[in-house]
Amino acid sequence: MATVMSGIAVASKRVKPAEKTRSVSTVVTMRLYVAGSAPNSVKAIANLEQICRQHLKEAYRLEIVDVCEHPRRALDDGILVTPSLTKLSPSPGSNIIGNLSDTSSVLAALGLPVARRE
Amino acid sequence: MAKTAPRKLLSKALTGIRGFDDISLGGLPRNRTTLVMGGPGTGKSVFALQTLVGAASRHKQPGIFVAFEENIDAIFTNAAAFDWGLPALERKHLFFMNAQLSPSFISTGDFDLGGMLAMLEAKQVEIGAKWVVFDGIDVLLSLLRTPRAKMREIYRLRDWLTRRELTSIITSKIDGEGDGTNTASYGFMQFMVDCVVRFDRRMEQGIPVRRLEITKYRGSSFAPGEYPLSFGPHGMEVASPGATDVAQEASTERVSSGFQGLDEMLDGGLFRGSCTLITGAPGTSKTTLAGLFTESACRRGERTLFVSFDEGGARVRRNLRSVGIHLDGHMKSGLLQMYSGRTDAVNAEEHLLRINALIDEHRPRCMVIDPLSAIARTGALSSARAIGNRLIYKLRDQHITAVITALVEGENPQAEATELQISTIADSWIQLSYLVCGGERNRALTIVKSRGTRHSNQVRELILSNSGLALVDVYSSGGEVLMGTLRWEKEAEERSRALVRETESGDKRLELQFAEADTSARIAALQLDLERQRAALALYKRDDAARHVSSGEHQTEVRRLRGGNGNGHERDRRGK
Repeated sequence: MATVMSGIAVASKRVKPAEKTRSVSTVVTMRLYVAGSAPNSVKAIANLEQICRQHLKEAYRLEIVDVCEHPRRALDDGILVTPSLTKLSPSPGSNIIGNLSDTSSVLAALGLPVARRE
Repeated sequence: MAKTAPRKLLSKALTGIRGFDDISLGGLPRNRTTLVMGGPGTGKSVFALQTLVGAASRHKQPGIFVAFEENIDAIFTNAAAFDWGLPALERKHLFFMNAQLSPSFISTGDFDLGGMLAMLEAKQVEIGAKWVVFDGIDVLLSLLRTPRAKMREIYRLRDWLTRRELTSIITSKIDGEGDGTNTASYGFMQFMVDCVVRFDRRMEQGIPVRRLEITKYRGSSFAPGEYPLSFGPHGMEVASPGATDVAQEASTERVSSGFQGLDEMLDGGLFRGSCTLITGAPGTSKTTLAGLFTESACRRGERTLFVSFDEGGARVRRNLRSVGIHLDGHMKSGLLQMYSGRTDAVNAEEHLLRINALIDEHRPRCMVIDPLSAIARTGALSSARAIGNRLIYKLRDQHITAVITALVEGENPQAEATELQISTIADSWIQLSYLVCGGERNRALTIVKSRGTRHSNQVRELILSNSGLALVDVYSSGGEVLMGTLRWEKEAEERSRALVRETESGDKRLELQFAEADTSARIAALQLDLERQRAALALYKRDDAARHVSSGEHQTEVRRLRGGNGNGHERDRRGK
């Protein structure tokens, strides 16, 4: 609930824009909506960052929107619960809710091969 | 408001839903949360939305509607059935949030409402909302996997609502198949909120009956029990009994029933504000009696409401015209209002609500319902009975003098106990019946009861003609009541017998008169004789006296003439 910011930077910002990668896969663009430093939101950021590191290397673009700071934007985007992840491209897009702790579901929703492990 | 004094008496916010504000004794707890729960299609969402609409349109209090279950478009389509003007209100005072989580959402772990509440908070500040509705919270909660998470979010929600000083309604579906965790979270929810309203929908004899019940109201009393509800043009209405006690003033003013014969039987008429029940088989002139009452009320200049079931007002007036009762003029002047209900289309509850609305609108002093028994056909008898009772109590509360008719079918004597059992609460009960005797059906009128009145206990024959109604004493002969032709014959017989008696006594009188005259004449004659005899006697006495005197004088004279003295007499005698 708290709107106080914790040590983790979750304000709307662009993280790790990367173009060059070994794989031929295109860049995955995502937007994660969080609610301040709420436990689920903090977990979601951590989970997503780990998934990206492991499965996408540099080939992703992630925007994190703090709903507590930008409620109007979240309203306009039709966000209901937090945390909530939207895959914007490549199509098909998808909507994922929850703290992203179920990795295989997240991978499936993002259209990434589930079985591959590093 | 909560800022000023948290320990003050609970402040309430009116819902504007007719009847609900009565049973909740003033509406929902202000700045607090009300849980509305019930099965699908019980009217939860309408209740919540109507409250929001009422606050926005009447008090210009903006509100937010969060729709978890139904699409906003569907909500607007449904609301178009009511005269709320929702689209216009939305532009000004209401904000609708489409909060259906589409099936395409993939759940990947625990989530919370923190973000949504932050969004709503921004919206609340923006429009100055005082109210918020969460419609179908169960849909959202079902996505949370653990009971612990459900409870956490319920708590979060309540905490937020309290902090934001919003008067809120949370609706939640309950269906019989809820699992254990569901039940637990509902129990928790009921504990967290300040007011719980339970909605229910049941089938009673093939007719759906919706009810609501307040099961909890922290810090306030409320009317306990289930109350039927229905939907009219203004939205939901709850059938509240109004005042819960039966303390009514008892009038001693008499009002004419419009029928002199009946007024006489009732020792002067109906009491003002009383309720008279007229029961009878079809065609026993119940409507005619009701029409007479209506006409006389209008003639006195009293506003009157005539409710007829299954027959239109125009037909009722035409039929009454044929027995000399004219209501059209009173219709035109606005004194009389007529309402006709079709009992096949609407259930009893809705009729009651419509009648109530008409009473509030027309403010009648006198009222007719013809026949009330029709509503017993419109569904469950038990609910029809309750409706009959509520209606009569309402009329009493408003001090309306009412005549209510009820159809009694069948010939058995038990039929007197009306199906609706309103005879026990009606003040007077007039029973109309057919008595079959001598190959005829004749109408009979009996006053079964009349509270506070010395009433006739006789059965009277009711005669219907072009000139109207008349009550005639019936003959009872050898324990049998005679009516119609038999009565006429009996009357004729009585008449001829009376004639004979009259003639006989006339003769006797004449005879006696003759005798008297004869005696008088004789007395007169004797009197005459008496007078004559007395006169004769008097005359005789006078002659006698005169003779005596003259004889004395004569002797004196003779003596003088003879020149004798005192002894001349003897001389005279000697001389003889």
